[in-house]
Amino acid sequence: MDIQKTVFDILQDLTGTDFTGSPDENLFETGTLDSMDTVQLLLALQDQLGITVPVSEFDRSEWETPAKIAAKAASLQ
Amino acid sequence: MSPLAPYADPQYFAILLIALIPVVVGLWHGHRLRLWESGVALVFITWMFAGPHKWHEGVALVAYVIWQLALTQGFARYRRNHNATWVFVLAVCLSIAPLAAVKLTPVVALHPSLLGFMGISYLTFKSVQVLMELRDGTMKAVAPIAFLRFLLFLPTISSGPIDRFRRFQKDYDAVPERGAYLEMLGRALHHILLGFLYKYILGYAFGTVMLPQVAQAAMAAHGTSALIWPLLGYMYTYSMYLFFDFAGYSLFAVGISLVMGIQTPENFNKPFAAKNIKDFWNRWHMTLSFWFRDFIFMRVTFFIMKHKLVKNRIRVSQVAYLINFLIMGFWHGVTVYYIVYGLFHAVAIIINDYWLRFKKKHRQSLPHNRWTQALAVFITFNVVCFSFLIFSGFLFLNRLL
Repeated sequence: MDIQKTVFDILQDLTGTDFTGSPDENLFETGTLDSMDTVQLLLALQDQLGITVPVSEFDRSEWETPAKIAAKAASLQ
Repeated sequence: MSPLAPYADPQYFAILLIALIPVVVGLWHGHRLRLWESGVALVFITWMFAGPHKWHEGVALVAYVIWQLALTQGFARYRRNHNATWVFVLAVCLSIAPLAAVKLTPVVALHPSLLGFMGISYLTFKSVQVLMELRDGTMKAVAPIAFLRFLLFLPTISSGPIDRFRRFQKDYDAVPERGAYLEMLGRALHHILLGFLYKYILGYAFGTVMLPQVAQAAMAAHGTSALIWPLLGYMYTYSMYLFFDFAGYSLFAVGISLVMGIQTPENFNKPFAAKNIKDFWNRWHMTLSFWFRDFIFMRVTFFIMKHKLVKNRIRVSQVAYLINFLIMGFWHGVTVYYIVYGLFHAVAIIINDYWLRFKKKHRQSLPHNRWTQALAVFITFNVVCFSFLIFSGFLFLNRLL
């Protein structure tokens, strides 16, 4: 399964935005993603990709853009 | 010998900076003088609790540190082969127990707890954080010396900013290059000078000169309909004092950290320019609010959603906000005004979220320009100042309600 596509689909479900054209947008600075969305993102990664991300692992600077999230998910799988 | 209170007067800087000269020379030449740093910390911490009125706090600190060290070491060892939730919960409760005792003793027994010492609230954040990371597996072990160094880091020992273990350790292990260190020293100087302006001039003017006067005016107007004006005066004066005093202190702590080659995170980012309450908490006492966000809010929401305890996403966030800010209120102290302050902010942020959702839905029909922006900043500022009036305890202690 294509991790990148799954991650972008999850993000689209959460925010209503398709980030295929803007994978380097900073989701936290723009206020697109808040703490609640983040938790939902972590749960979705767990459900759909089987990746367990403990909350402590979540350092915002490493997860701030769609591209970074996809890369992080791929590295944790 | 009288105790040496951190950052209480300019003399403190003179003594501390002289003691840190070897550290600066060492870093300049690419070495961290670990032993000297530890020695300076030991001397200054001992000095903080010197004298007949403070020494018992020093004893309490030593007992506290041994307790937390034993807990984290014990839990790290346990965690190597096991991971039962109840053991983790028990470890966190035991870690919080001394702070809880310190907060509850004055309420129950009407005298201060023997376990208390300056800085206990801030040290507890650091200990609990280490336990949580051990539980999550993002930290496998914690060397006792490294733990003590993190817990007792001199510039931030009394009132933060609250650093994170892994971030701190990375700075500590790496000696900055000369160019980068020079830049850090420049920032240190800027921080310390701005801190002088904030704490010793503006904080002093608002807190020591003006505040007693508006307080007196408010007491004199008690019971009359004219009370509102001096009370507003008290509200704004206290808010300015609170900001400049604490932001000034935080600038000192970050500045001295920089001298030691450690980039302690900032605590304030123009909080009174916040455009809503959520934005405010991303700018005010940031290391505290981010600690609460990462270790309480996110964990509570994660737990509720994973176990599907509450279906509706909006309800989940509201429950989490209430828990989050109630704990923050209790952390400040077990008094009516701190708890009301916590509840007030929970309600404010819940209302804020309703508004943000409404705004999202009606984006086309709502005006958005610099006037609406200015209005948003104005409303946020006043809501925040009102919350500080609650926080000050002035209304409650003087029975003005």
